[in-house]
Amino acid sequence: MIALRRFLRTPEAVAGALILAALLAMALSAPWFFPRDPQSIAGPALLRPFQDWTLPLGTDRLGRDVMAGLFHGARASLAVGLAAAAGAILIGAVVGTLAGFAGGLLDEILMRITDAFQTVPGFLLALAFVSVAGPSLATVIVAITLGAWTGPARIARAEVLSIRERDYVAGARVIGMHPLEIAFREILPNALPPVLALSSVIVAAAILTEAALSFLGLGDPNRVTWGGMIAEGRAVLRSAPYLSIIPGVALVLTVLGVYLAGEGLVETSATRRMNA
Amino acid sequence: MSEPLLAVSGLSKHYRRAGRTITALDGVSFQVNRAETFALVGPSGSGKSTVARLLLRLADADAGSIHFEGQDLMALRGEKLRAMRPRLQMVFQDPRSAFNPRATVGRVLDDPLRIHGLAGRDERPRAVETLLERVGLSPALTLRAIHEISGGQRQRVAIARAIATKPSLIVLDEALSALDVSVRADILDLLVSLQLDEGISYLFISHDLGVVARVAHRVAVMDAGAIAETGEARQIIAAPSSPIGKALVAAMPSLAQPVSKEAE
Repeated sequence: MIALRRFLRTPEAVAGALILAALLAMALSAPWFFPRDPQSIAGPALLRPFQDWTLPLGTDRLGRDVMAGLFHGARASLAVGLAAAAGAILIGAVVGTLAGFAGGLLDEILMRITDAFQTVPGFLLALAFVSVAGPSLATVIVAITLGAWTGPARIARAEVLSIRERDYVAGARVIGMHPLEIAFREILPNALPPVLALSSVIVAAAILTEAALSFLGLGDPNRVTWGGMIAEGRAVLRSAPYLSIIPGVALVLTVLGVYLAGEGLVETSATRRMNA
Repeated sequence: MSEPLLAVSGLSKHYRRAGRTITALDGVSFQVNRAETFALVGPSGSGKSTVARLLLRLADADAGSIHFEGQDLMALRGEKLRAMRPRLQMVFQDPRSAFNPRATVGRVLDDPLRIHGLAGRDERPRAVETLLERVGLSPALTLRAIHEISGGQRQRVAIARAIATKPSLIVLDEALSALDVSVRADILDLLVSLQLDEGISYLFISHDLGVVARVAHRVAVMDAGAIAETGEARQIIAAPSSPIGKALVAAMPSLAQPVSKEAE
């Protein structure tokens, strides 16, 4: 309750939360407001925004409804952002905990693998994976996760290294707790807060990576995505710039909203921990 | 005489740091008998806590042997080591750091019972309440978080956790030093009564001879990683033979000899 009040007192956090709420509402309401396939033709081609109130944001080169695309595209962005971040944090936390707790050879092996992933740029990795595995929402999520888990892994390992020397871990060994239970029940939950603080950065990066993949034509071809819409509009950038600008603005606002809300959450949890 | 519960012999431990070798323990030998309180006293840095860590196998010794209940403790690994754990328990110095900050009192006491299968799933809540009562706490504390209870209560929970597995030896590593004086006396009384009821032995590690004098049967005085002298508690306090023993006795606060006005 107090944390919520503190969160609401930060204007940036509230702005971020409002943007995210709007995005979530768009994603959830898309099938009601726009029950038709957003890839179907809805009117004349290249209709400018605010001309026809049944098509408020106009249409693209093939006469598809831009507003419908925006709503349905929110679903892809949110799904990819949240799923990739969840996957990255899960893998990172497990790898980091095992490496930090086991130490020795296992630590060495896991951290060298982490290094290997970290030296390849995340976007190139995603690009390579999608080109091999074929474009679909699931492969895009896996591809982005592959490049994003190394940060959480490193932070989790550093936390675990400091926690494993504490008395309560020694106490768990003294009562005969199994090492895996010590790692995942005693240590991991206490190592998690700084790892979770990374999540907003990962969600934002994942949304951008998905857009970039779609822009290059490697997104799921059966879904409307903002990156795909920007790529579509590129051909008519001089005559109809709104086709690229509208999804571009949506993308910027989303990433900004995720950032602001995430920062707000980290701030409030940090002050709470300081007070505790 | 029957064989001792714990026989430590020639225990040595070195740490290598920045190319230099630091000797934490150098050939420490002692024995603890059944139902006995054996105290290790010495100034900080004398190696008392290293002895505790080696006994509990939280670190490995470089040389020497530890025989406990007739078993060679240093030869045990993995599952065999965990199977021995119930017999040898420990209470840590700082009750604030001895428990997972997210745990509840109930979980802390349930863990040893669950891990070693000492009570069925349905009987464990009752067993946890019994443990709390044994250490003089209310069974209602079960649902409280560890950080919600006082330091003295936490140390009682630590003792309850240590006795949960019915050990024959409990290592008390400065277990009273973080508590204030009135709480300390209560916990000492609790430890003595548990020993009388169950025949538990204590390895009582402390820098404070005053507390040791109240509970220990025998005392070993440690200095610089070695044992300076061993003997009956009464005898060492009355007539210490080693220089470090004399210094520790001289530092004991005494009610019998109040500080004279001239000395002030």
